[in-house]
Amino acid sequence: MKYVDEYRDGKMARHIAEKINQSVKPDKTYHFMEFCGGHTHAIFRYGIPDLLPKNVKMIHGPGCPVCILPIPRIDAAIELAEKHQVILCSYGDMMRVPGSKRRSLLKAKADGADIRMVYSCADALAIAKDNPDKQVVFFAIGFETTTPPTALIIQQAQKQQVNNFSVFCNHVLTPSAITTILESPEVRDMGVVPLDGFIGPAHVSTVIGSQPYEYFAEEYQKPVVIAGFEPLDVLQAILMLIEQVNAGKAEVENEFTRAVTDQGNIKAKHLVADIFEMRAEFEWRGLGLVPYSGLRIKPAYQDYDAEKRFPLTQSQGTDHKACECPKILRGVKTPKDCKLFGTKCTPDNPIGSCMVSSEGACAAYYSYGRHLQSDKA
Amino acid sequence: MVHGAGGKAMSQLIDQLFVSKFDNDILTQQNDQAFLTVPNNKIVMATDNHVISPLFFPGGDIGALSIHGTVNDVVMSGAMPLYISCAFILEEGYPLAELDKICQSMAKAAQQANVRIVTGDTKVVEKGHGDGVFINTTGIGVITDGIERGADKVNVGDKIIVSGTLGDHGVAIMSLRENLTFETTIESDSQALDDLVANMVSQVPEISCMRDPTRGGIAATMNEIAQQANVGIQLYEDDIPVKAQVKSACEFLGLDPLYVANEGKLVAFCPADKAVALLEIMQAHPQGQDAAIIGEVFEDSNNFVQLATSFGGMRMVDWINGEQLPRIC
Repeated sequence: MKYVDEYRDGKMARHIAEKINQSVKPDKTYHFMEFCGGHTHAIFRYGIPDLLPKNVKMIHGPGCPVCILPIPRIDAAIELAEKHQVILCSYGDMMRVPGSKRRSLLKAKADGADIRMVYSCADALAIAKDNPDKQVVFFAIGFETTTPPTALIIQQAQKQQVNNFSVFCNHVLTPSAITTILESPEVRDMGVVPLDGFIGPAHVSTVIGSQPYEYFAEEYQKPVVIAGFEPLDVLQAILMLIEQVNAGKAEVENEFTRAVTDQGNIKAKHLVADIFEMRAEFEWRGLGLVPYSGLRIKPAYQDYDAEKRFPLTQSQGTDHKACECPKILRGVKTPKDCKLFGTKCTPDNPIGSCMVSSEGACAAYYSYGRHLQSDKA
Repeated sequence: MVHGAGGKAMSQLIDQLFVSKFDNDILTQQNDQAFLTVPNNKIVMATDNHVISPLFFPGGDIGALSIHGTVNDVVMSGAMPLYISCAFILEEGYPLAELDKICQSMAKAAQQANVRIVTGDTKVVEKGHGDGVFINTTGIGVITDGIERGADKVNVGDKIIVSGTLGDHGVAIMSLRENLTFETTIESDSQALDDLVANMVSQVPEISCMRDPTRGGIAATMNEIAQQANVGIQLYEDDIPVKAQVKSACEFLGLDPLYVANEGKLVAFCPADKAVALLEIMQAHPQGQDAAIIGEVFEDSNNFVQLATSFGGMRMVDWINGEQLPRIC
């Protein structure tokens, strides 16, 4: 597969791993957080931990758009489909995420709600056009990567006057979440969580550019290396972070130059700014209320805002008390430290946010990393 | 509905569609049951329900699939397949011309696999209560060499051989699914493996176990065997054959080919000293040209299936949770 195999080459991987081994100082432990679920997935799927020296530790951040959606928002989506009888269109990996009473979109669908898995929000608009007598709602989730397509589809719906179409907006912003992690007392004041640098988002950065990360490098003195989602990207980024730490630097570097520029995708950013505005705060599963971290649809487009079109009840669903996801997402604990991990909480029956999608730290560790306890390992 | 009511219309349906196409001396007796003669050997039996959407797909249809699936389940024991039953559930209003095509395809598949369709049943359900056509088939075969193969015979040290490329069927079906349409020339691998298996067991009777990795892909099969045999399994990503097109489709859908369904492939476990010989026998057969040794069995009380990745690391290949769903990013 051209443009893919090059970034998964085993020989090159061993070459970079060798360089990493030569670069690390034996008396130092390096802690890096990969923010994105895409990186977490790549790390486990390709077995990257086996290629790293023992003193390089990866902390798996909150950048999985499916995992961070709080229970009340899932309940609201189910309510749209069940109570308001809309055709609810959702991305695939959102289907299994449990809301209150462990009900997910898949379960609601099995109970008869008209919930359809779509690959693109354009499919949702097409479904609306094909079903003029039904209300069709697109369940919009994701970071800056999936926001421009949602903006575009709202614009198109207005232009084409598809009046039975609306969007349930749950788009969230990466920089605010990184700030929350860096501002958490464990990281900032107590120093309980050593955090030596970040692997910066891949796809998100193609939209927002590398510039927004300058603040973290400067204000918090943490190096950031923006990296692609392929395993060689991740390995190279780890090497670049180690070199920065060793040199006492805290800069933004871009490993993913084949897709990310300083300014990002200006056209996409304008489009998003045209359709969406900032919410004062938004709840993240695992992180709680994060200020200025979510988007909502601007009043000018409120006819296409499902939250305006349908009266939704605010559910009070909360996560399991013993769930350690909030601490895992901030690097304070690892999946293995959680009492529920692998016993009550499994990918079959996810309880916490990190177990719900294959990109979540717990799910990735459970599905790909459990062999570390096998007789052979 | 009249076709399922047991009257003249049903009799006509049976005559025109089923008896004429599946024609053999047992079926034409038209009794409520089939009289079968089997050699004086151990008998194996397998049953399978076939529900698939769409009913016609590149490389096959539900008719052929309903024969291939059950024949393969029978022959994975090393048996020679002999007889098959088929039971249809039809949705009212399903076009008879389509049903005719499905029956033709079943008849052809049965003939190719040397099995006779000897008994059957048809029910019609109201419109909206079925998905066009559901087919149940049950197959009977005999084990002529007297050897019982199965997961309990798998031993530490056994090598694992797959008969060809993985994921073809699942990707062919997915390319036609609503909202996921994409163009591909990949065809389903739906085929009966009776002849390949006959060659394999006659020349390497030491084969400990065979399975066809259908739903859940090779990952599900490996986990089943690891658990049933109480062993661990190690696979080598570099050696697992997957077509470039299947890899690409999985790549942009965010799926893993190891979890994608196959309908005409098998995995065989055999002692290490017989593995190369068995591989050569498989590769010499048209259904096993792309066969490859993809892994081995080791001792592991956790019964984990692990994969040595091409990248140089190691990871688990876990049980799948429900259906694979495309990932957002």
